Amino acid sequence: MTRRAAVLALPWLWAALFLLLPLALVLKISFAEAQVSVPPYSDFFERLDGAIVGVKTTFANYQLLFSDSLYVRAYFSSSWIAFVSTLLTLLLGYPMAYAIARAPAQRRNLLLVLIILPFWTSFLVRIYAWMGLLRPTGIINTALQSLGMIDAPLQLLNTSGAVYLGIVYAYLPFMVLPLYARLEKLDGALLEAAADLGAKPWQVFLHVTLPLSLPGVLAGCLLVFIPAVGEFVIPDLLGGADTLMIGKVLWAEFFSNRDWPMSAAVTMVLLVVLVAPIMLFQALQPRTDQRP
Amino acid sequence: MNTVLRIAGVTKRFGAAAAVDGVTLDVRENEFLALLGASGCGKTTLLRIMAGLEQPDAGQVFIDGKDVTATPPYARPVNMMFQSYALFPHMTVAANIAFGLKQDGLQGDALAARVKEALGAVELDGLGERKPHQLSGGQRQRVALARCIAKRPRVLLLDEPMAALDKHLRERTQMELKALRARLGITFIVVTHDQDEAMAMADRVAVMEAGRVLQIDTPLALYERPANARVARFFGNINLWTSSSKTMALRPERIRISHAPLTDGVSGTIENVVYLGTATTCFVKTAAGQTLRVSVPHAEGAQAFNQGDAVHLSWPASAVMELPE
Repeated sequence: MTRRAAVLALPWLWAALFLLLPLALVLKISFAEAQVSVPPYSDFFERLDGAIVGVKTTFANYQLLFSDSLYVRAYFSSSWIAFVSTLLTLLLGYPMAYAIARAPAQRRNLLLVLIILPFWTSFLVRIYAWMGLLRPTGIINTALQSLGMIDAPLQLLNTSGAVYLGIVYAYLPFMVLPLYARLEKLDGALLEAAADLGAKPWQVFLHVTLPLSLPGVLAGCLLVFIPAVGEFVIPDLLGGADTLMIGKVLWAEFFSNRDWPMSAAVTMVLLVVLVAPIMLFQALQPRTDQRP
Repeated sequence: MNTVLRIAGVTKRFGAAAAVDGVTLDVRENEFLALLGASGCGKTTLLRIMAGLEQPDAGQVFIDGKDVTATPPYARPVNMMFQSYALFPHMTVAANIAFGLKQDGLQGDALAARVKEALGAVELDGLGERKPHQLSGGQRQRVALARCIAKRPRVLLLDEPMAALDKHLRERTQMELKALRARLGITFIVVTHDQDEAMAMADRVAVMEAGRVLQIDTPLALYERPANARVARFFGNINLWTSSSKTMALRPERIRISHAPLTDGVSGTIENVVYLGTATTCFVKTAAGQTLRVSVPHAEGAQAFNQGDAVHLSWPASAVMELPE
């Protein structure tokens, strides 16, 4: 094997060891039955006197998954929450990325650092901080009450609004950074040419800036949407009992019910749900990126 | 002749430095004007002020007598061809050309006809469905040109239009631009740093230095009657010397060179001979210690002059110009 081939083999080896192999194990477990044992699921292989004589699989987990409306609703609810959060993140992140890209060069780095700065604090700590802000005796309610704007504390924590807030807050940098990377490369002469040809500022944005930043929009949306669908911490800490997300279901199956095969099946279906937007992204990418 | 565009006392500063310093300029209807100068002389800034892409700190811009100083670029009847061409990479050639026309409210058959006409004018028929990255540099330049002329502007501004073309293509394109301008009847203003290009294309040339216009005239007048030594230096090679605190100028091709003594001649020695194809340049050190550049056309047998030869030079008194600095 040449040196080049060896270098190329490294990422494949990494993916095989830490992605494909664990995935195969999860897939295998999803076809097993839960039982009280160590590990807590039935053997994949049928054995007779220690020799493997066949495989023993059950589709019961998947059948339950599609027949019990809890799971189906959880998938839809998660996708919807992730979709709305992604849209909100885009609406908030695009103007931010645009402003940073158009800022004087010496100010840009400072603004980017400010975007990345929250990462220096643990994600969990930051979500706990939101709890401190939103709880009935938290900073926001206390401040509003002392100003006399409200009589009783508002129910801010444990609402779906708090979940959207948490997701938008946590994932905003993942939207801003790819958008910025795209907008920063945008040739200013193109915008001037559009204006020179008679386009008003909003038309320049609609016909030149936006289409040329579309790859950044797609990348940002994927970076937010995919982890948001499977998000567990934010709905668990900020959401209420009525916030149904697949990440919470998965956690409950695995840790509360100790039903490894069921949680494995939930994971496999979640993966299929997420592959669709990734395929869409792959299909759109070469068409929108027309730069030589 | 009508003045189509008038620049009146325009100044533009970037920080402390004035890129354009009190320029007043009348551009005539249907002329081909070149703004000529070294990089940083303010010619591109002046062009951008005409397009409305820069706001002057002082002075006014008039188009057809109307003050457009505060008019945004999208509302001015001028179009600019950018040095980088600035073609929209996500649009086809036809869509690039249609872009500006759509802003004027054109659509359907009328739009398609104008796009076709513009493509025909730059001889790019049939390439409308290509994307800019599928074109050669010369073709991209034509698309940029077509995109501007399709709008039928009052004035077409061209920022270093030949900068990205190779030398061979440059000369041909100069001739084509000149012909196109005559056919369309649009006023062209071209920014260039190349005096040959300015002289080849333009009816009039404005020579700029340090944000000011030194002289504006026909190429012939600029060459034969430069207003000052700086203009004279810009156009071709010239011999300059000071005589009783005045700058004297003498074009190299006006000097006669001979091995035999000449009446009213100056004697000297050839220090260097440079063969230039159409002519040979001899650098002659005179008895007075001055080095003169002499251009010898090949018809007169330039091969006869060699380095180290003792020669005699003479020139008509009328060939010597007295110039202010």
